[in-house]
Amino acid sequence: MKLARITAALAVAVATGAAALPAAAEITVPSLVYRTGPYAPNGIPWANAFQDYFNLLNERDGGINGVKVKVVECETAYNTTQGVECYESTKAEGLVFHPRSTGITYQLIPKATTDHKVIHSMMYGRTSAANGKVFPNVFNFPANYWDAASIMLKHAGDMEGGMDGLKGKTIALVYHNSAYGKEPIRTLEKLSEKHGFALELLPVDHPGQEQKATWLKVRQMRPDFVFMWGWGVMNQVAIQEAASVRFPMDRFIGTWWSGSENDVLPAGAAANGYKSITVHAPGASFKVHEDILSLLYDNGKGAGERDRVGEVVYNRGMLEAMYTAEAYRTAMEMHKTDNPTGDQLRDGFEALNLDQARLAAIGMEGFTVPVQVSCENHGGPGLGAIQQWNADSKTWTLITDFVGADREIIDPLIAEDSAAYASENNVEERACN
Amino acid sequence: MTNALQRLNPLRPEGIALLLLAAFLGRAIWWFAVSDARDTSFATEIIISGLLAGVMYSLVALGFVLIFKSSGIFNYSQGVMALFAGLFASGFMTDFGLSPFIAIPLTMVVMVITAILIERFVLQYLVGQEPIILFMATIGLAYVMEGIGDLVWGSDVKRLDVGLPSGASDFMFDCCNLYVEKLEVSAAVVAAVLVAALMAFTQYTRIGRALRAVADDHQAALSVGISLRTIWVIVWSIAGFVALTAGVMWGAKSGVQFSLSLIALKALPVLMIGGFTSIPGAIIGGLIIGVGEKVAEIYLGPTMADLFGANPNNFTAIENWFAYVLALVVLLFRPQGLFGEKIIERV
Amino acid sequence: MFYRETGDFKTSYSADTQTFPIKLDRYRFWAIAIFAGILVPLWIASVPRQSAEFFVNPILLPFLIFSLAAIGLNILTGYCGQVSLGTGGFMAVGAYACYKLTTAFPDLNLVLVIFASGAITAGVGVLFGLPSLRIKGFYLAVATLAAQFFLTWMFSKFGWFYNNSATGQITMPPREVFGIAITGPDAAPWATYFFCFFFVFVMGWAARNLVRGRVGRSWMAIRDMDIAAEIIGVNPLKTKLSAFAVSSFLVGIAGALYFGVWYGSAEPTEAFGITLSFQILFMIIIGGLGSMTGSFLGAGFMVLLPILLKKLMVDMGGMEVAVAKHIEIVVVGALIILFLILEPHGLARLWQLAKEKLRLWPFPY
Repeated sequence: MKLARITAALAVAVATGAAALPAAAEITVPSLVYRTGPYAPNGIPWANAFQDYFNLLNERDGGINGVKVKVVECETAYNTTQGVECYESTKAEGLVFHPRSTGITYQLIPKATTDHKVIHSMMYGRTSAANGKVFPNVFNFPANYWDAASIMLKHAGDMEGGMDGLKGKTIALVYHNSAYGKEPIRTLEKLSEKHGFALELLPVDHPGQEQKATWLKVRQMRPDFVFMWGWGVMNQVAIQEAASVRFPMDRFIGTWWSGSENDVLPAGAAANGYKSITVHAPGASFKVHEDILSLLYDNGKGAGERDRVGEVVYNRGMLEAMYTAEAYRTAMEMHKTDNPTGDQLRDGFEALNLDQARLAAIGMEGFTVPVQVSCENHGGPGLGAIQQWNADSKTWTLITDFVGADREIIDPLIAEDSAAYASENNVEERACN
Repeated sequence: MTNALQRLNPLRPEGIALLLLAAFLGRAIWWFAVSDARDTSFATEIIISGLLAGVMYSLVALGFVLIFKSSGIFNYSQGVMALFAGLFASGFMTDFGLSPFIAIPLTMVVMVITAILIERFVLQYLVGQEPIILFMATIGLAYVMEGIGDLVWGSDVKRLDVGLPSGASDFMFDCCNLYVEKLEVSAAVVAAVLVAALMAFTQYTRIGRALRAVADDHQAALSVGISLRTIWVIVWSIAGFVALTAGVMWGAKSGVQFSLSLIALKALPVLMIGGFTSIPGAIIGGLIIGVGEKVAEIYLGPTMADLFGANPNNFTAIENWFAYVLALVVLLFRPQGLFGEKIIERV
Repeated sequence: MFYRETGDFKTSYSADTQTFPIKLDRYRFWAIAIFAGILVPLWIASVPRQSAEFFVNPILLPFLIFSLAAIGLNILTGYCGQVSLGTGGFMAVGAYACYKLTTAFPDLNLVLVIFASGAITAGVGVLFGLPSLRIKGFYLAVATLAAQFFLTWMFSKFGWFYNNSATGQITMPPREVFGIAITGPDAAPWATYFFCFFFVFVMGWAARNLVRGRVGRSWMAIRDMDIAAEIIGVNPLKTKLSAFAVSSFLVGIAGALYFGVWYGSAEPTEAFGITLSFQILFMIIIGGLGSMTGSFLGAGFMVLLPILLKKLMVDMGGMEVAVAKHIEIVVVGALIILFLILEPHGLARLWQLAKEKLRLWPFPY
């Protein structure tokens, strides 16, 4: 029960009071979390993983290049106002921010540039931030929503025996009716022109507990594939409804925020075969998980519950922390400092080069794809793979390799959108040598 | 009845509304007669699922009605009460491994204690305050209950499986190609039982009579020796029971989590249509909203496209506001809802 | 002793009917105005930008903007008695009007844009105020939710409102007034603060004088009993709709500032959701229905309380953020209930009582 932990936390709080003294040399990484509110079920493992990874670095390696890391959490409740407040109150010590919400990301994008901070909106936020010339301080590698849409479509094409097999087919997009959910529409529209399939748009309003009408439409329309851009309770209800209208689950593909254990477990056996895109492997079978379990959880230092290590959202939070840690390391080595400034850290992000060897060294071999970031390209390689849910064993399994997106569609879209931003906000493109 | 018919004048707003409604129904029946089987079975399906969804809304609305009727309090915290009850029920079941037959009565005990605490610490100090003050107090109550529920049980999504059947009914699917959700059928049965029990309780028991007396006139009830405070505890306990039912049903449908408290927003238009003071109104209002929003979500776009050549995609995801606009239209004709008590004002 | 009116003689009607008939109140008002309008911006301009932003962005700007919105809602609910839960929707109208006007007419002065946004919101407010002529009480409150949900839906549905941007998110372009950047990332904290202060001061001034006059008295007559008011010759149509118009005008300006100056970018369902409507309703209830001072006190209370609680529990107490947040929710809820029990007329009433006491102090008899 949680009450016991809370009482313990209260006791600790009373005992330590304000006496906690900062260690000698240390880096502060703010973590904008949402452990409350409608999206808390996803926010909790995410925040735990972020903490665990830095704690692991402190325990195992003595920090990043010997500099300890302190994670400072600030609760946003997925609310933009509180997110901005968190940013303002932690920006004195923090250099890199992970807003973890589309709304907060949009708020922070202009502020980050003036304040010389780094925003890493990993796989969410403003897609065109992949253009480093217009958004010097914003990163969204390793992949963005438009990549996701394209990769999901490729998988659909594979199931139909090639992209030509999509001609005349119907794809329905069930999406959260918000900025986030609307992200893939333009890409899918362009792709539908190219490949000749019909795109049907089915928006679902927040919070999405009642989607009967949407799924009756799906039942009537009988699309060949359903793609989903959902979040929170919407995912669970959608998967249940899809099973109820007997939509074939292997033709129902969710984006990466619609593919966690939280989303499929409430649907029980009905969710078997549901697919979603991802950028990292599921499960806790990697070296880094072993370390986290043995060094943290065995010693009672884990941030969350032991059996939730290795869940999809947990792994994603770990990935996010890993990128930040590696960027710090790169920045420290580039600028020969233990305490990089915001601009130096940005250089670290831009020079980030995670090859297989480095991934192996940090215990993530085979966990995710190599990533290289540059001054122009803040979006990373844009690779993704499809994972499938097995309701019997309650596990996700990767069923495809990591493949790339249709760059000839995505790149012009990014250029167009970032140019629009630049002209609206009088941003001058910076030169990347 | 004859009286009501005599009063209906086709030139008065209510008469016009009825004429329009009749025309619409006639058109719908004609459409059913001329359309092919696939379309009509789709339409039937929409109406069935609309009715069932409506029952789910009514379950939440019932709690509002009970409290408003007996104390004049517009209890905004009803949605959070459903979440609160759902959290306790699922917590007892998953964390302590209790069977639903123990967990649910235990949750009921929690709800009764909650009712006593609410009366003891909030309501007794607010007797005789203006309605808006009482309304605001219930919003404060909603915050407190939400915070406590989360503190005790955490904010993770929890499964709540009380053994009710769920998923599409295979029988209906195979025989008539109709999609009917079993869980919602169970909810409809539960709601029917609940309403019958509530009606019987208020009509035939001593406490029920006292409840109705309080609802009619606080002071008169007090003067014949009915304890207002006891009655309020009872009413809030019953509302807690209704919230528990709603919480279990919605929790079984989409898991117990924070979003559950937002179903209160779905219940408000139901109340407006049915009237704040009528139990049958809550049920019928729910059915109207349920069917109305499903039909609108699916047919409004194509209809607009046919009539005005508008883009049908402009009329989707309207479920959130459609119910409110529908209720607003009903209110313009009947300012106290379909079944509410007529508002009589004197200077 | 500290607060008295002895010796404060009036020799003309105009002196007797002025807004603050007591000399001390008048001095206090001007002292606050000078403090907030001149000293605070100077202070903000003098401290380093980082710490200035910490005070301006999460505390001072929301305080000013919510005060304005609270005054707007107070006119409708506190003075005219029409409970509205659609404030968030009306703020969205102000914000989108501001966005469309700035992007469509890049050369238009921002001050004009914001007033125009208020005017557009007033029009929408009158439209949604029409049902109030037939629907009353809680039925009306719930009916205003129709405005809330419909408006946010509309802004997220039709591409015209967000200039067909890829995601429906609107972003305020940088704009200057008299060569000083007000919106966009380069705006100095003191400039954004002063800009909002200007609107709050002007609109607060106007609203205060409006509610003292004939219009305000007719609003209050409708609030106290609309049938009786109608009998003594107050036209309910004009009165209710004028309350909706004036209220929406202020709320619209608040919405434009909220989006343009404070947020910089927004999305309808998230930034202007129902929680915003409730938040502003809380402010006027806690501050005091039908009171100007109350609108400011309520806004200040609701803005500062969560920040203070967080500072206290997380930064000083070292508590887990999630636990702290849950406790904060409970505390806010409990405080709301406590206020309603102890003083249903809000903070403004407490202030008034304090003044009464001070007037007699130290000789209460």
